Amino acid sequence: MKVPVSAPLALVAELTHRCPLHCVYCSNPLEMARREQELSTAAWTDVLRQASELGVLQIDFTGGEPLARPDLAELIRAARSSGLYASLITSGLPLDEKRLEELVHAGLDHLQLSFQDAYEESADEFAGAQAHAQKLRVAEWVKRHRIALTLNFVIHRRNLDRLEEMLELTEKIAPSRVEFAHVQYYGWAFANRERLLPTRQQLDRSLEILKRAEEKLRGRIRVEYVVPDYYAKYPKACMGGWGRKVLLITPTGEVLPCHAAKILPGMKFENVRAQPLRRIWEESESFQKFRGEEWMPEPCRSCDRRTQDFGGCRCQAFLLAGDAAATDPVCSLSPRRDLVDEILAEANSTPSVATSTNSEWLYRINP
Amino acid sequence: MAPVPASRPRLAPGCRMNEKSQQPRALLMPERALRLNGPSLEIVERCDGQHTVGQIIAELQKLYSKADPVKVEQDILGYLDLLQKERALDFE
Repeated sequence: MKVPVSAPLALVAELTHRCPLHCVYCSNPLEMARREQELSTAAWTDVLRQASELGVLQIDFTGGEPLARPDLAELIRAARSSGLYASLITSGLPLDEKRLEELVHAGLDHLQLSFQDAYEESADEFAGAQAHAQKLRVAEWVKRHRIALTLNFVIHRRNLDRLEEMLELTEKIAPSRVEFAHVQYYGWAFANRERLLPTRQQLDRSLEILKRAEEKLRGRIRVEYVVPDYYAKYPKACMGGWGRKVLLITPTGEVLPCHAAKILPGMKFENVRAQPLRRIWEESESFQKFRGEEWMPEPCRSCDRRTQDFGGCRCQAFLLAGDAAATDPVCSLSPRRDLVDEILAEANSTPSVATSTNSEWLYRINP
Repeated sequence: MAPVPASRPRLAPGCRMNEKSQQPRALLMPERALRLNGPSLEIVERCDGQHTVGQIIAELQKLYSKADPVKVEQDILGYLDLLQKERALDFE
């Protein structure tokens, strides 16, 4: 039975998988698209128009590193003339003042700059590249323009104890918004999970610090964070529910409900090269698969929270329980919560500040 | 700065309304979109760095003359407070 469908609000446009960083928790898939497989400028421009007609309000240009695309300014201009709000999710490499000016003139509304830590040495270790100093320069340049700036700190076991230093850096830069994003365990992060998952003690301390910061900075800097879901009582409403609010297009034009969905076995995802975006959103088998409540097992099916978290994350259910249609195992009501508890017990059995060398990490490769 | 009567709110960098031709009207900002209708649209349209909070209140009290003026004022201050929390406004 077809589930009634509303318009998506946001489109995540993964322009490329190419990236100068090699972050150990990258959300890109382990198998990446090569440059010659990427959608052309004309194809993206057409997709942006279709997305706007479908009801999309905002577009996130991301990657990989979207700056690796020489046509980025042209795509921002195309997004704006289609009536979309344009965000750039970037590492800040490679960027100089002149190119930033070009992007702002093209109509960029918002730039989100990723940070790996408060200090150069450890930040560059997690990024697998010398990047931190450049990010500080980029933040200063962005502040000279009338666009929104978000700092995005990716937090985990190995940097969570420096949260206060990250907040100090944030206050110094004074962006309009800061996100503290716990690593989510998909892709490269799943491979490095053991080294990334924080302890309960680290987490509790961090939540107190963030709550205080939120109050202190209110009206000046919007502070956003979420409890990492392995430690949560209930699962996250992943992407606001499968095929409900967000769609993602990969560098090669495949349309996905989220960053990680490609890992799900037996799923066929449609491509914008072959089908109109509206048809894919409204009618494709992949988008309908976990839309609505028909697919839900117990305990989700009769749970009051099913309209809030939509059964949690399908990719996490597959990664942890081996079944994409299972209740997300992070849910305390899931019959497989034991899988998560075991992982947490392991993470909490060793001290958080273990000495490690770079060779322990599995670094993201470049396609 | 807080939304006091003499301050002049204006949309913060990276916050703007969608085009007049786009329906429904919305206030767009990083990772958020607020739907605007009726009074919220009237308020946001006046967050232009020209109108003071006091002027916005007076104009909306006139526009919604059937409503209780005290309630109109409270609603406006509440909404400006929400927008400030979202970091969507600068007060000049």
